[in-house]
Amino acid sequence: MIQHLVDGILVGSILSLGAIGLTMAMHMLRFANFSHAELLSIGAYCALVFDGVFQAVYAPLGNVIGPLSLTWALALAIVISMAITGGSAILIDRLVFTRVRAKGGELSMVFASFGVAMIIRNVLGLIFGLQVLLYSKDIVFAVVLSRDPFLLVKPDQIFSLVAALIIMFVFHLVLSRTTFGYSLRAVAENPELAQVSGINLSRIITLIWIIGGGLAAAAGVFYGLTNQINPVLGRDLLLPIFAATIVGGIGSIYGAALGGFLVGIASNLALLILPSGYSPAMPFLIILAVLIIRPTGLFGEERH
Amino acid sequence: MIGLISYLIFFTTVAAILSIAVLGLNLQWGNSGLFNGGVVAFFGAGAYGTLILGGTPQSAHLGGYELFYPLALLGGMCAAGLMAWIVGKLTIRLRHDYLAIATFGVAVAFENLMRNAEALAGGAQGLRGFERPLHAWLGDGFTYNAIFLVFVLILLIATYKFLEVLIRSPFGRLLRAIREDETAAQSLGKDPAKIRLTSLIIGSVIIGLSGGLYATFYAFISPQDILPILTFQIWAMLIVGGAGNNRGAVAGAFLIWGAWTASGWGLSRFAPLEMQLYTGSIQFILIGLVIVGMLLWRPQGLFPEKLVVSQSGRTKHVKNRE
Repeated sequence: MIQHLVDGILVGSILSLGAIGLTMAMHMLRFANFSHAELLSIGAYCALVFDGVFQAVYAPLGNVIGPLSLTWALALAIVISMAITGGSAILIDRLVFTRVRAKGGELSMVFASFGVAMIIRNVLGLIFGLQVLLYSKDIVFAVVLSRDPFLLVKPDQIFSLVAALIIMFVFHLVLSRTTFGYSLRAVAENPELAQVSGINLSRIITLIWIIGGGLAAAAGVFYGLTNQINPVLGRDLLLPIFAATIVGGIGSIYGAALGGFLVGIASNLALLILPSGYSPAMPFLIILAVLIIRPTGLFGEERH
Repeated sequence: MIGLISYLIFFTTVAAILSIAVLGLNLQWGNSGLFNGGVVAFFGAGAYGTLILGGTPQSAHLGGYELFYPLALLGGMCAAGLMAWIVGKLTIRLRHDYLAIATFGVAVAFENLMRNAEALAGGAQGLRGFERPLHAWLGDGFTYNAIFLVFVLILLIATYKFLEVLIRSPFGRLLRAIREDETAAQSLGKDPAKIRLTSLIIGSVIIGLSGGLYATFYAFISPQDILPILTFQIWAMLIVGGAGNNRGAVAGAFLIWGAWTASGWGLSRFAPLEMQLYTGSIQFILIGLVIVGMLLWRPQGLFPEKLVVSQSGRTKHVKNRE
């Protein structure tokens, strides 16, 4: 029971990072972006490449940090990967979404995002192969945190959770303390009024993609670190991330963060009663439950 | 020669079956602006429903009610409609993203359920023990397939005619009115949510029919047949053909299915041995490029929707501009 709860929190932090970016883009551009989870894959593979590059350039970077399997090189690579993934998100927006938006309605963008997801996923498969990859081949043993109740946790999982929480806290500070944060919230509440007050909408949209991409990249690396990397990573995480945004209420950043944890915990607790084969279907049940009980989610607003 | 003809029959049968699904999707997306992200779930509900109701008794899983075939097919269609009703009821009043996400979710969950619930539908091994109707009289060979193709074509034409009548009826005008301007339709006392839900259900029942025929054709269905790629293929067919135009939808189905089979054949024939594992990926990238490319450069499709202007008094429908 307690093991499932802890595992749920660890997975939840990854979902939260993914859901924050998705909910912002969905709220601002008003379309369900089915390619968002592919940014996690891009981030994971990107970090893998730069991890290798840094280790080749300067060998001591290959040393692991403390009890983790994380090397200094990978820690640096995470930062680079966040930047590059943010850049890819902008590139995809410029190449596809902006143009489709100019031509058709919001729903055409949903179609386009499916197509984009398909292309990214399979191009990654072609480049890196369909097999499972790992950041480190060393086996990191899980640490027994307590014997009664029995609780096993890997150091990498603790690192991922703490790092995800720090990233979310920093983002919270940006949102609540900086003028950029104010303008972001202003645009979210009322784009027209925000523009009247001199906020540059297209600049905000660019920043949203950078932040969304960066958070997704971190989530992808943490997932790769605690599980494994494969080209269908994004596909497998897409529905849980969507569920997190719906639990939180589409458009609510804090809702998405909380929603991620709730979905992670609920999916893991469900394994107590259901066989593990059913876990991919769990997010759908959560979505159904939210739609029945409270369609606007935890913090969502009533709007169409 | 006979080999070529039987291949053509095989190809036309599958393309015609998929055309029916594209027609169903066209009602939802083309005429009502409803985004169905889980076409494959409704297709699968029709397929599994038909085989469970019409199959012979099996010890391993549910089913084997040996229902009269048309009733089994109808049952499969009802299963698809019921699923659409549940999903639609919960999401149709909300922002359109909710329907997209919920239908996508229902497809993931449906495939997962069919893969795991062995007692329900045979699990990963799929559903066996279905005898194709009139199998005892017509045998298994060429004659059967030819007659089955005729049966599928009749249903395709019937679906096409039904939809043509439907979209020209007051109901069809209402659908387009809601698609174009929901508030205006509401001001005339119409209930957009109810009309959209009806359209979602009718479309899903048609997609269910397509699934039922598909399962009948192979006398077998497994989770491998209801993977998300089928949803993409059916969309690509609609987008290439032209959303809103039923003739375009059918043409798109044949075009994309032809291109898909040809690319699969070409890749397996000419790709180097070490690339064989990746031919699937290449095909997926191609279909992704088709979807994105069409949306970028020709969003109206190869055969655009003909806008119908209804004028009271004079002729009922005047097609005056493209």
